[in-house]
Amino acid sequence: MEFDNNIPIYIQVINDIKKDIITGDLALGAKLPSGRDLALKYKINPNTANRIYNELELAQLCFTKRGIGTYVTLDVEKIKCIREEMANSLLNNFMEGMKNLGFSKEEIIKIIQKQVV
Amino acid sequence: MIVQCKDLVKKYISKTAVNGVSLELDEGKIYAILGPNGSGKTTFMKMVAGLVKPSSGTITYKGMPIGVESKKKVAYMSTEPFFYNYMTVADVGTYYEDFFEDFSMERYKELIGRMDLNMKDKAKDLSSGLAAKLKIAATLARKAELYLLDEPLNGIDIIARDKIITTILEEARENSTILLSSHLVDELEKIIDHVIYIKNGSLELIGNAEELRAARGKSIVEIYKEIYA
Repeated sequence: MEFDNNIPIYIQVINDIKKDIITGDLALGAKLPSGRDLALKYKINPNTANRIYNELELAQLCFTKRGIGTYVTLDVEKIKCIREEMANSLLNNFMEGMKNLGFSKEEIIKIIQKQVV
Repeated sequence: MIVQCKDLVKKYISKTAVNGVSLELDEGKIYAILGPNGSGKTTFMKMVAGLVKPSSGTITYKGMPIGVESKKKVAYMSTEPFFYNYMTVADVGTYYEDFFEDFSMERYKELIGRMDLNMKDKAKDLSSGLAAKLKIAATLARKAELYLLDEPLNGIDIIARDKIITTILEEARENSTILLSSHLVDELEKIIDHVIYIKNGSLELIGNAEELRAARGKSIVEIYKEIYA
């Protein structure tokens, strides 16, 4: 995974994990690597790895069974929510970029229609 | 808190290498000490390692003065090779095993394999890159409380640098602390907890890497360029 070192690392890894959950690469209820293994997988600091799991847990995307491990949520609705959130984020960036180039709403719609065909 | 120093100074006749540094190192964290050549990083590390005595100021290891007891728990890796030319790679392992209680021969063998070194290689025949890898293997085969690594990536090829970073991460436990210095800052970005910028022997900035990124929208490298430009 390519990192942008100008923004916090933990945010980028969280987004990568969210993506895997949304696409199903990480299945509902799947066991996630331990904090240490996550650190080694992404080659990041172990404290950052712990923070990532804390944040994911706060967002209710995973839960920890003490002494056993961390698992992806079983809540399908939650995952739908995150999927929409990420889609909106992409869209907002796209819209802003297009507006900065001077595209009108009608032009944008036409371009998208062409793309989607 | 594992290391604490207050107004630490080291003066030589021709220059002041460390000019009143006060800071604390906490357990379980990875610190990077950064700065241009001659800024005082190595002198600072050597004072923590007990190889150089401060001119003034205090420095303690777990509340005790630096000395024989702290040296047992501290693994210092200097920029120069530190094994005798007559030794083979295997000899270096045995030598370290004799010297340090916390040395693991098993781990050493594993790391030697990982670095593509051979137990029968003679130290004097090693290229500078291989000698650098041998230094790392010997140092990280110790289960120390504090690792002080001075330029651990120097002279090492890209693939091996990656392996060394992985090895450093493997030694990063809750009860171990790592302080490293390097000019290859961007390769260390992801593994650092806190960064210490030294300028002309003084502490210029110390902070948590992620917090600095969030607050400034800049990488450790970009902040470095700002400070020293």
